[in-house]
Amino acid sequence: MSAVEATVFIVPCLLAGLAAYALCKKVDVYGALTAGAAEGLTVVLRILPALIALLTAVYMFRASGAMDALTALLSPVLRWLGIPPETAAILLIRPLSGSGALAAAGELMSHHGPDSYVGRVAAVMMGSTETTFYTVAVYFGAAGIRRSRYTIPAALAADLTGFAAAALTVRLFFGM
Amino acid sequence: MAMAWVWAILVGVSVLFGAVNGRMGDVSRAAMEGAGAAVELALGITGAVCLWSGVMELMNRCGLAERLASLFRPLLRRLLPRASRDAETLSAVSANLSANLLGLGNAATPLGIRAARRMAQGCDGVASDELCRLVVLNTASIQLLPTTVASLRAACGSAASFDILPAVWVTSLLSVTAGLLTARLLGRIWR
Repeated sequence: MSAVEATVFIVPCLLAGLAAYALCKKVDVYGALTAGAAEGLTVVLRILPALIALLTAVYMFRASGAMDALTALLSPVLRWLGIPPETAAILLIRPLSGSGALAAAGELMSHHGPDSYVGRVAAVMMGSTETTFYTVAVYFGAAGIRRSRYTIPAALAADLTGFAAAALTVRLFFGM
Repeated sequence: MAMAWVWAILVGVSVLFGAVNGRMGDVSRAAMEGAGAAVELALGITGAVCLWSGVMELMNRCGLAERLASLFRPLLRRLLPRASRDAETLSAVSANLSANLLGLGNAATPLGIRAARRMAQGCDGVASDELCRLVVLNTASIQLLPTTVASLRAACGSAASFDILPAVWVTSLLSVTAGLLTARLLGRIWR
């Protein structure tokens, strides 16, 4: 069994194992699950307005032909890095806005399918990068830092590596 | 403010391209469709996001986050040697890392900020090498279970929404390593 096939065990075993562990530790499993789920609702409610604004813009961008133009424009650089050009919008939005990138990834997945090569690369990109500029602003703002020195270049180097590595690992693990 | 620009540029460029390509009808329809699709998408991921939020809360109440945090301490003593001398900073950073790893974003940020504040004391608004490293660690997402994107895949009809896990882990490791190496390299020349 490959590493990818083994992943189907993770969710069921995690749920059962965690429930057993929590019972041994005398933690109220059901109470914790429902309290967390209630908090999840507020998370969805919080990102919904941003999703509405951004998916509207992304859908318009796709319908106007601008998405194709952007993809074609960035295609030489992205191909050289081994990144599928279809993910261009995610690359540009990801460091700025988490819900924006989620909107772009959702649009890409419904367009190409979640289990397609492009859909999987988009998912791995989302799962292994962060909203860089937002994070830097929050941390340094709170700590009163005015000169961030090389933080942003280093963080963007991590993002770019993540994007290129996402394309590589999906090819590696899925043979696509 | 950055998002205001992104949104305005996306919409402005769409109108421009729509006019040039003669696709204004499509653009107009797409605007309404996009708003509707956002609600469908949000509804589609709600169940899974709530489930995982519950699972994370359960992990937290079981004390898994604290156990994970204690595993990180030796690693952090090497990565942030000066900050680690202060017990409270070390515990905040390790808790921040373990919360990130478990996908407890809401818990991770306040912990990281507490650590960043302590590390910024007496440095007169200039980020120290170790503080840069801490922020790079936080901008390179290291998550054991990327639940939001898995929920998105499930909502889009994926056959096995978590089958990306091995790829995500390897990619995260590569990206965080690249970030820290770049930081170390730039730290020597960028004073």
